[in-house]
Amino acid sequence: MTVTIHFREKTFEVKSGMTLRDSLKKIDILPESILAILNGEMVLEDEILENGQEVKLISVISGG
Amino acid sequence: MDWIPDQTARFIKKYWMFGKDEKILVAVSGGKDSLSLWDILIRLGYQADGLYIGLGIDGGISYSDRSKELCVSFAENRGLKLHTVDIKAEYGRSIEALASEKGRGMQKPCSVCGVVKRHEMNRIAKDLGYDVLATGHNLDDEAATLFGNTLSWNQDLLRRQSPVLAESHGLARKVKPLCRFYEKEMAAYAILRGIDYIYEECPFSVGSTSIYHKEVLNRLENERPGSKLAFYVKFLNAREEGLFSDSIIATDSKPDQVCEVCGQPTTNSGKCAFCKIVGA
Repeated sequence: MTVTIHFREKTFEVKSGMTLRDSLKKIDILPESILAILNGEMVLEDEILENGQEVKLISVISGG
Repeated sequence: MDWIPDQTARFIKKYWMFGKDEKILVAVSGGKDSLSLWDILIRLGYQADGLYIGLGIDGGISYSDRSKELCVSFAENRGLKLHTVDIKAEYGRSIEALASEKGRGMQKPCSVCGVVKRHEMNRIAKDLGYDVLATGHNLDDEAATLFGNTLSWNQDLLRRQSPVLAESHGLARKVKPLCRFYEKEMAAYAILRGIDYIYEECPFSVGSTSIYHKEVLNRLENERPGSKLAFYVKFLNAREEGLFSDSIIATDSKPDQVCEVCGQPTTNSGKCAFCKIVGA
């Protein structure tokens, strides 16, 4: 019963049934710094992630 | 999808950035903010052309080549005019080579890159007769800059940080119409509008101070939502209410000399920083 989260070169697995916000907290990623994409659609922070879903995170921080 | 353009129109008016009869040059990098800004200005009916500055950065991912391709295809797909400048073709060396030659920046060309971009943006805006130069700086950029300048109490930079820098001393007017949008909002706008932008960061920005400051501010925002916007907007309000009106702080440090080579304003006598870098 897991959700897979891809971010840059890394892959994380978290328990399903949590919101995106709580899932990100588990893997220590700030929601302010990413956008989450599921099946080509953006995921809101309070959406509950379900078993087997694969979420891709896109960094929104730019600059130098 | 209309909220961002509507709000942008509001900020353009609020900060007196430009009017519908003025010619705008948008500095585009291939990133989400600058391409979205160009898209928004066109949607709002402004006369906006693009400017891409090719810096010759590779970083193992053909960074500059890829970002140029994205800007060119953005313009072609919408029938927009894009001016391009290739630093290596124009001045004989890429940004990396110029920085390495001058030994500036401790293995990172960011300071040289900043000088070159500012010079070229201003040169082209003036040469081609644009009324205003627009950049895609967002709220996170502005808050991080403000944070950095506050940590170092850099009075001159604090005084000059503004959504609009008026035309003066041979410098084109510069505006930041996206300065009150969160970086995340701009990424969402780009994706929802189907704007193809470069997801990869400039290879030299990894570990930069500005990104570190953004991360610190994101931690604050996470625990105290609204902190970033309040930090920036309250600073702008304080400026307007006279934060920098004190005569000591307000000592005008604007450039009062012109470069003997290119004619652009400079605070130094002789050559400006750009001409020293390119060895003109």
